[in-house]
Amino acid sequence: MKKKITICLIIFTISSFFFIDGKNDQVHGFSNQVIQHGATGDDVIELQARLQYLGFYNGNIDGVFGWGTYWALRNFQYEFGMEIDGLAGQEVKQKLEDASEFDKAYVHEQIQQGKKFTHYGGVDNEKQTEPSPTKQKETDRGQQGGNQQQESNQQQNQQVQQENDQPEATEEDIEPTAVNMPQGFSQNDIQIMANAVYGEARGEPYEGQVAVAAVILNRVESSTFPNTVSGVIFEPRAFTAVSDGQIWLTPNENAKNAVLDAINGWDPTGEALYYFNPDTATSSWIWSRPQIKRIGKHIFCM
Amino acid sequence: MFRWSLITLLSIAVIGVSVWGYQEHQEKNAILIQAENNYQRSFHDLTYNLDLLHDKIGSTLAMNTREQLSPQLAEIWRLTSMAHNDVGQLPLTLLPFNKTEEFLQQMGDFSYRTAIRDLDKEPLSDDELEALESLYEVSGGIEQELRKVQNLVLDDNLRWMDVQLALVNNDEQADNTIIDGFETVEKTVEGYSEGKLNASMMGTSSKKDGFAILGDEKISEEEAKKKMRSLLRIDEETKITVASTGEGANVPLYSGSYKADDTTGYMDVTQNGGYPITLMINREVEKTNKSLHEAMQNAKDYLSKLDFTKDLALVESNQYDNVGVFQFVPKYEDVWIYPDAIQIKVALDNGEVLGFVAKDYLENYHEREVPEVELSEEEARDKVNPNLKIQEDHLAVIEDDMGEEVLTYVYLGTLNQDTYKIFINASDGSEVRVDKLKQAEMKY
Repeated sequence: MKKKITICLIIFTISSFFFIDGKNDQVHGFSNQVIQHGATGDDVIELQARLQYLGFYNGNIDGVFGWGTYWALRNFQYEFGMEIDGLAGQEVKQKLEDASEFDKAYVHEQIQQGKKFTHYGGVDNEKQTEPSPTKQKETDRGQQGGNQQQESNQQQNQQVQQENDQPEATEEDIEPTAVNMPQGFSQNDIQIMANAVYGEARGEPYEGQVAVAAVILNRVESSTFPNTVSGVIFEPRAFTAVSDGQIWLTPNENAKNAVLDAINGWDPTGEALYYFNPDTATSSWIWSRPQIKRIGKHIFCM
Repeated sequence: MFRWSLITLLSIAVIGVSVWGYQEHQEKNAILIQAENNYQRSFHDLTYNLDLLHDKIGSTLAMNTREQLSPQLAEIWRLTSMAHNDVGQLPLTLLPFNKTEEFLQQMGDFSYRTAIRDLDKEPLSDDELEALESLYEVSGGIEQELRKVQNLVLDDNLRWMDVQLALVNNDEQADNTIIDGFETVEKTVEGYSEGKLNASMMGTSSKKDGFAILGDEKISEEEAKKKMRSLLRIDEETKITVASTGEGANVPLYSGSYKADDTTGYMDVTQNGGYPITLMINREVEKTNKSLHEAMQNAKDYLSKLDFTKDLALVESNQYDNVGVFQFVPKYEDVWIYPDAIQIKVALDNGEVLGFVAKDYLENYHEREVPEVELSEEEARDKVNPNLKIQEDHLAVIEDDMGEEVLTYVYLGTLNQDTYKIFINASDGSEVRVDKLKQAEMKY
């Protein structure tokens, strides 16, 4: 009798451990932050994966809360009778966790290995990813992603091309595979501008670098200059850094942040179109322009 | 024996060096010629396009049928943009050539606007014909002067590389024919533009008065400094450098900056009214501890404590690494006022505001009388492309192509995987603008 009770107790404790464990996993999946449009990171990956599991989200699981995720979330809120605000708060997360499963190990592995994958519910994981990372490149070149055997009937077959940034990364810090970009600009545009800013103003204070980037953008807007970023930067004799090749130095993070700030609207120059270094300026014409202000070593003028 | 071997060695060295030098020289020349050819091509293209432009404007003047007029104006628009492009490829940046470029732009604007207009319903007015005539005259002047320069360039084998050199060395005496020629062109345009071109007609000087909110009361530099200290969150001990803007500024400002160990700050305050217009605090933000949502709440709280309107709507929110950038617009009786936008940046490590820009807000803000909508929401909805699945809508004031403020219905909708923002004029139902909203970009 005693034996039976002990065995019963043991079984009970073990099973209760399992039970608690399982429950814990589910509740603590998300962090307790509210996720909103434009956010990036782990929480967004889980949100996208869970929405995809339920068939609301057909885009890439890339860790960036874009418009696709936004509409998916709103549809989810609508279907589950919640307030439709496009914010993933506690209630939304709880309902998501109850309704869907999130195979964290699988998703993170796919992202780390840079595979194309999906995370639909009721479909075998094996069938939602590519066979192996070595074959992936060959198939990529050979045929454009026609390699997948998605069997879910109504769900569109979306594939994710993942970049493998940190193969050794732990599960906790997985990098999103996409980035937010300001409207009308790409990462490459920002790179070119950062090159120009770094070449022209790397010795300047941060606001001086934002100012140079702002001048480039003001010129793009202006009617008397070319209408593209590269047109403005590579206009003959427009920037000394272009003439002497310093534009091809590798820019640092600061220059990139300065460019991003300028694109997002920061313009410390007061809409200047020209700037010059008074110590080295050779043109007398530039001195005749109405001056706005001086930032660091540069004088900015109309 | 030793002497001979030395001589042989030296001769070989001399020959070697000369061969190498000759090759270098050849290479340099080849590159110079290539650069020169690029300039020449742009220059001759420019004169050719201006020739063509002049002729096209001429034939437009003689035209009567509407069917012909629109394509002709579109052609003029294309030519001005090509000519503009050519100018951008010549080393003219430090030459006073803006007037000519402005002319090209005006011409382009004018022809574009008239080309897209339904000329059957709204034919060219007398004013517009007059404007076209004066544009014809100006383009004739430019064409002639450029022809002269082109002739000189061809006759005397003038090289653009010399222009480049003359500009680099900036010899005041440098008597460069091409530079002189372009200065004459510029003077020609200047002569015309003062008298004949009706600026308002061409729509370039549509600069609104702006900055109405600022008032006339000036603040002193000390007051500005105090304001900066509180907004930059620095104490009395930190040194802050303040300067006033010069004559070129469209609104007089005090600019202040400071530098501490790991942080730098920069700020502009308007001299009239003492409104903060730009704030920038730069420091390393290495971690994300706060959610974007929390950062947005912080940003909203922060703005509500400044002298701006309290009722703000969030238009855009984006996380870039460890900072959040938001765009807010004021709401006026449920109408979003897009021209009065404010941008704000928040660090996600501690939720601190790292900067904001209120330039658009201060420039455009005024007491608005938002007109009543003439179209019902359903009527406007019918004007949207039926393939689009509308998800969200609101009323908004935006600026149209001409820079006029119009009341619109804004629809956010999806078409396949893409999201669009559609602005429908609330009085006549026309599509004012359609924006495709940016998706996140894959990392390469």
